[in-house]
Amino acid sequence: MDLLRRRFVAHGVLAALGLLVGLAPARAEPASIIVASTTSTEQSGLFKHLLPLFEAKSGITVKVVALGTGQALDAARRGDADVVLVHDRPAEEKFLSEGFATKRQDVMYNDFVLVGPKADPAGAKGDDVSAAFGKIAAAQATFVSRGDRSGTHSAELRTWKEAGVDLPAVKGAWYRDVGQGMGPALNAASALDAYILADRGTWLSFKNRGNLAILVEGDKRLFNPYGVMLVNPAKHPTVKAKEGQVFIDWLISPEGQAAIASYKIGGEQLFFPSAAR
Amino acid sequence: MLQTLQETVSRLSSLDRDVLAIAWLSLRVSLTAVGIGLALGIPLGAFLAVTAFPGRGALVGLFNAFMGLPPVIVGLVLYLVLSRSGPLGSFGLLFTPGAMVAAQAVLATPLVAALTRQVVADAEAHLGEQLRSLGLSAPRRARALIHDTRFSLVTTALASFGRAISEIGAVLVVGGNIDGHTRTMTTAISLETQKGDLSLALALGLVLIGIVIAVNAVAALLRGHAARAYG
Repeated sequence: MDLLRRRFVAHGVLAALGLLVGLAPARAEPASIIVASTTSTEQSGLFKHLLPLFEAKSGITVKVVALGTGQALDAARRGDADVVLVHDRPAEEKFLSEGFATKRQDVMYNDFVLVGPKADPAGAKGDDVSAAFGKIAAAQATFVSRGDRSGTHSAELRTWKEAGVDLPAVKGAWYRDVGQGMGPALNAASALDAYILADRGTWLSFKNRGNLAILVEGDKRLFNPYGVMLVNPAKHPTVKAKEGQVFIDWLISPEGQAAIASYKIGGEQLFFPSAAR
Repeated sequence: MLQTLQETVSRLSSLDRDVLAIAWLSLRVSLTAVGIGLALGIPLGAFLAVTAFPGRGALVGLFNAFMGLPPVIVGLVLYLVLSRSGPLGSFGLLFTPGAMVAAQAVLATPLVAALTRQVVADAEAHLGEQLRSLGLSAPRRARALIHDTRFSLVTTALASFGRAISEIGAVLVVGGNIDGHTRTMTTAISLETQKGDLSLALALGLVLIGIVIAVNAVAALLRGHAARAYG
């Protein structure tokens, strides 16, 4: 009798475990695509605004994996994404020339801003980003770099070059390479009262600003265009080309472009549609 | 700091359905992984405890060492294996809850095996001779000892659950932190921290700690009940 009861309990436990195991695999889902994109689009909240509109219209679920631009393109090279939406023109051109995509389309742009402590010890404030970077390097004022091969990191490295600063030669304790996404890098800059190059979208939605404020904006060199590409199904047959193309077509359609323009934080528009009509 | 804490408390009261869904996914993934870990690790650990064969010591050492397997490495290796370009890419598991279960099961199994081996070996020291004198085979001795130590093994299960639900390195890499699909408590906390919304991150952290305490409390209750009924 006792043995029977024990058996009963043991089988009950096993059945409960079996139930949980059975629950875990995803149920048969409607059509879905994986979009490899950047931390700036995810952390600024843009996708949370766009995707429900697209999903309601198309019935296609979009799963966004937010990585740095370099990582996002690598994931697509391995065939782990159907669509990439990134912002590093030279890296995108390379991706195209390797044949991983056959077409790149402009979607939108925003801009970078130089953020730094309100007290501005390096005197970087102004409307010339090259001059500002030169002053920061000369003053050896603390600067936080993404250091993660992201689009923003590429833009930062370009800006040092344009400012005539030989980064490897002057790099020191003042230059903090954090190797993380935009949000964590901003958290670090906020804690260190440091200068940092940020995309405006993430900056606007960032809450832990501390003493930081925008010091340089509006320089045309701070222009930050985003491009969208369908991963070439000839390279990876598993790519959901049809659904991916539907998403791209929607993004660059008047409706998708209007949805991008309507995303605002505190009354400020974060991304500006730029698809060629 | 104080202000953040105050905000955290007010955020707790306004946590919505999204948070419930994320908490449920975390729980489901980790419990499933622990279930797999127990199903594999307990027989393995008990087997190691009751048998002797060349290389057994090395195997025991390996499992003990793998209790400290870094989650991010497990995540990275599974990422490469499950990637479309990897050996198991055709299953399309990457960036799904299934991949997260696999990663956490890899973390849980050696932990369960190592702890089970220790618990069963201790019991073996007391009862082994008696069981052997009854002429029982190794698998039957293992079964008898597992049954004998079942209440101690609950702690093993809880330890592996704690390891699974609190890790972020592996689920972030193989799950991708996709909103509504593979976002777990830990990846959500990390994301809110990255966005600089520290009070929401802390509120989610409190929810996670609450889940862990609740699971432990349920286990303790069941164990006490079972001990009274069948002990």
